[in-house]
Amino acid sequence: MAVLILAEVIEGVLQVDATARAVSAARSLGEVDLLCAGNSVATAALQAASLEGVAKVLVAEDASLAHRLAEPTSALLVSLASGYSHILAPATSDARNILPRVAALLDVMIISDVLAIESADTFRRPTYAGNAIQTVQSADAVKVLTVRTTAFEPVSNGAAAPVEAVAVNVGAATSTWLEDKVESSDRPELTSSRIVVSGGRGVGSAENFAIINALADTLGAAVGASRAAVDSGYAPNDWQVGQTGKVVAPQLYIACGISGAIQHLAGMKDSKVIVAINKDADAPIFQVADYGLVGDLFEIVPQLTERLG
Amino acid sequence: MKILVPVKRVIDYNVKVRVKSDGSGVDLANIKMSINPFDEIAVEEAIRLKEKGIASEVIAVSIGVRQAQETLRTALAMGADRAILIVASDDVHQDIEPLAVAKLLAKVVESEQPDLVITGKQAIDNDMNATGQMLSALLGWSQAAFASALEIADGAAKVTREVDGGLQTIQVKLPAIITADLRLNTPRFASLPNIMKAKKKPLTEISAAELGVDVSPRLRVLKTEEPAGRASGVMVGSVDELIEKLKNEAEVL
Repeated sequence: MAVLILAEVIEGVLQVDATARAVSAARSLGEVDLLCAGNSVATAALQAASLEGVAKVLVAEDASLAHRLAEPTSALLVSLASGYSHILAPATSDARNILPRVAALLDVMIISDVLAIESADTFRRPTYAGNAIQTVQSADAVKVLTVRTTAFEPVSNGAAAPVEAVAVNVGAATSTWLEDKVESSDRPELTSSRIVVSGGRGVGSAENFAIINALADTLGAAVGASRAAVDSGYAPNDWQVGQTGKVVAPQLYIACGISGAIQHLAGMKDSKVIVAINKDADAPIFQVADYGLVGDLFEIVPQLTERLG
Repeated sequence: MKILVPVKRVIDYNVKVRVKSDGSGVDLANIKMSINPFDEIAVEEAIRLKEKGIASEVIAVSIGVRQAQETLRTALAMGADRAILIVASDDVHQDIEPLAVAKLLAKVVESEQPDLVITGKQAIDNDMNATGQMLSALLGWSQAAFASALEIADGAAKVTREVDGGLQTIQVKLPAIITADLRLNTPRFASLPNIMKAKKKPLTEISAAELGVDVSPRLRVLKTEEPAGRASGVMVGSVDELIEKLKNEAEVL
């Protein structure tokens, strides 16, 4: 039994944390090969080779794989699939785009967002916005799955697996990449940060988000947001935490002015410690919070920043 | 051009889900069901394309139990022209898997020949996020998942996609599959006259067996459990107390 993992590589840069967690999830299943696919992935491949538990790194470099569009990348994965019992990737937006396509091409089901691997064919995954956890057993010949990275510890660094080039023949392009609009941020990445400070509708405006950012910077934290804050234009969409945004499980999650709708809780309720700051004592967020403070976030958050600075 | 919009009947997003104590699943008996919120966005986008004169016909299709008729009537009341119901189950607790749904939809695409399929990005019950991508694979069409903006011109769709680092814009050749993200649009409410009119719009019913698709599940659900509950928390009275607790009790600062 061997596992093929699609390494998370964005614009030639290996996303070490997400990839290391996927490797950790897959190690119980057999020998792990990592695939680095893209336009220019040599550096990423070398870095991937140093992850503990990787047997070898496959490098697929071709202009057609730039930006990892779903059609060519899934064609590549399918061309490499024979000999692997499992095809796996961290559940990022790229993998969610590509892996279901791979599964259908192989005529197997996708198993999305796996939280735990019980055996080679049995997996646990969340449904209903994380309100019901299903244990599913796959009857398919090849298991294609995405893993929820926050549910697995990353493997360490220091190994040196061989790197091997593979042939790329992915057919004619039906999609073309036009443009990326990347939110630049010096802060830690949301899904892997140890601390996350999030703002909701209660923050009131994009300008007011400065007090959330200030607390985050004091703590070396990433900044998150609720859907209400994103829809109101207070925060960019890639800050959104929840069922339809990102799933985080930091050591400390501080929710400021967030009521705690089911859809938001789906993205953060596995955090180790949750702090809620809200002026409404009946807000549902207090039901999942380890520490709750009822009051005006415009007084509390700056005070916190000052005391912790 | 013709647009096909798959819609799913799911538990209403405001309902607090109850897991059955015997681990056999989620209790859906006598629970409020609605159109999946992402599918509502997909329907809205198709209707907007019709209002702009780009689409000539919008067909809504749903797969599942007979009660999914109501979901299709919702889509018709929003402005879809006609509907197709594929009856694949007689038990509301049997969720047809995305692979089987994609195969059934591929059959509908074969007979209806649409130029574009707009689906929701995921159903809020199984949270799979897969049907659109799988359909695209089966048809060999191009795909644009998680769309937050869409422009159609010259036989192609320019789609802005919500990705982890921000936004990505791609161009896909038609025919194509697009899956709608939350920010694509704000769906309209169906007005009472339109709800009445929708009752007269055509709704064709066929069975999964007639289409020759096996809908038996590939994933056997062994059990369904409540997530581990959190220990109840405490309310603190001041910022100083909060910091003290975070430092000395929770040890996260």
